[in-house]
Amino acid sequence: MAKINKTPLKLLLPLLIIVFLFAASLLSPLLPIYDPNKIDLESLKRPPNMEHPFGTDNKGRDIFVRVIYGGKISIGVAIVAAFISAVIGFGAGIASGYFGGRLDTVLMSVVDFILSFPSLLLAIAISVILPPGIYTVMIAISAVGWTSFARLIRGHVLTIRDMSFVDAARAMGCSDLRILFLHIAPLCIPLSLVMMGIKLGGFILTEATLSFLGLGAQPPTATWGSMISANRAYILTAPWMVIFPGLAISITAFCFNMLGESLKERYEFKDN
Amino acid sequence: MAAYVLKRLLLLIPLLFGITLLAFFLLNALPGDPVLSLVGERASPEVIENIRKEIGVDKGFIGQYIGYLKLLSHGDFGRSYHTNRDVLKDIVMKFPNTMRLAFAAMLIAVPLGIVLGFISAYKRGRFIDRLINVVSITGLSIPIFWSAIIIMLFLSLKLKLFPPSGTGDIRFLALPAFVLSIPAMATLTRVTRTTILDILKMPYISTARAKGLPSIKISIVHVLKNAIIPIVTIIGLDFGSYLNGAVVTETIFGWDGIGRFTMDGIIKRDYPVIMGCIIFGTVVFVVVNLITDIVYHYLDPRIRLHGKNK
Repeated sequence: MAKINKTPLKLLLPLLIIVFLFAASLLSPLLPIYDPNKIDLESLKRPPNMEHPFGTDNKGRDIFVRVIYGGKISIGVAIVAAFISAVIGFGAGIASGYFGGRLDTVLMSVVDFILSFPSLLLAIAISVILPPGIYTVMIAISAVGWTSFARLIRGHVLTIRDMSFVDAARAMGCSDLRILFLHIAPLCIPLSLVMMGIKLGGFILTEATLSFLGLGAQPPTATWGSMISANRAYILTAPWMVIFPGLAISITAFCFNMLGESLKERYEFKDN
Repeated sequence: MAAYVLKRLLLLIPLLFGITLLAFFLLNALPGDPVLSLVGERASPEVIENIRKEIGVDKGFIGQYIGYLKLLSHGDFGRSYHTNRDVLKDIVMKFPNTMRLAFAAMLIAVPLGIVLGFISAYKRGRFIDRLINVVSITGLSIPIFWSAIIIMLFLSLKLKLFPPSGTGDIRFLALPAFVLSIPAMATLTRVTRTTILDILKMPYISTARAKGLPSIKISIVHVLKNAIIPIVTIIGLDFGSYLNGAVVTETIFGWDGIGRFTMDGIIKRDYPVIMGCIIFGTVVFVVVNLITDIVYHYLDPRIRLHGKNK
């Protein structure tokens, strides 16, 4: 019973930190801080000080402000990608599980097909075909991400498809679509939400990596990944330019991964 | 066994179609002439004319795709726009370096991951378990392009213990291999822990305890032997993470492998190079997965090869 008391804190704490970080980045235009893209030739490459807590970069831009602004894209893209993945995976999963047969075979072959690529290389391929930008990153992440949702939901539908309440609904003359949307789908929604929580940590890192590779949001827009790649050359003379954006990624991903871990424990997910 | 391997090899075919189709879309999505996009503008007119004939510019999309496949089947992946060198030749030359890096990373990740997972499972709920848990989640949360830069800053640039970049002997290999091993080690620790916890719940462990076997013997004979199968599988399946990670680590440490080659291609928009690397990387990944599957089925005779046990 002690477990029930302990779990919410492990769940809530990372969630609260993420909400705080994301809220700060969303509200950043309203905050009384510098303009993230303002070039200040008077204060180039200043180490962290009272005025610039994370220092400034080679164009005199405030790193602290850029990290806060960057969170909007870095966290936002991951959340949108998780949402797109969940919606596509959800649709494919319930259709595959409920109707079975040829549809199931085709959908699951597509899933197997996608999973047989090294995920980052596939994301790179997609990002190269499409013009670089945040939408491309969302598409690249979701193109791989939906598969785990589809597999999970399909498995869940298979177990509830033959339960007696579904039979009862069918006996009352409900159509397939009605059963699917009103009786089965609602039972799969919580599972998708849990899966989103589990996947987000990885999505944050993929977004950061694609941004680092220059395939994400283009300059001067700040994202954590692109700040690191742009400032990499100054690592010896101005390490704060790289350290703080990296800490932002690591802390966010850590919170998401902790959240995912607690969710896994709570809902008895297996690592796979 | 042979039938199974054959079946898995046959499954490679649609996969290759898929990836080459993707690459071909890429060629067509580029502005301008796809043939020029493939060979680069510096190629000689005869070469361009030959390739144009081979692809069949006048044959429509499907005809062109078939022509492209023919070209690939001759091992002609096109030429780099920048160096005008044969892409496949460069890949074949750089591939051993990537494999060296991946194996070195495995050499660090596998023993450490298994040992940490073992300790974590045996000390479940204790302080040390929680510590390993936090460390492994941290390992999964730090982007390797960042840890690579930070480790390079401290160990090579400040302390000057290792050369900051280059390809060569173990001094050059140590840092990129360590960086590459971090996420893999974390994954392995977690999988080992859950696997061992599952095994410890099994009735045969209770039986062994009831028989009064010494616990060291139970750990080795009963636990380790049963845990090794899922662990081997994960090591193989996680190979993709080494390939993914190689793109970043090789770039930062200047290691002359396929990962850096890919990254260079992306930066310079050198499409034949990007395509070649993606096709090659996918094939390597699929082949490693196939080998893993075969090893897995070989290690565990309970699982029938053609059965659907997954």
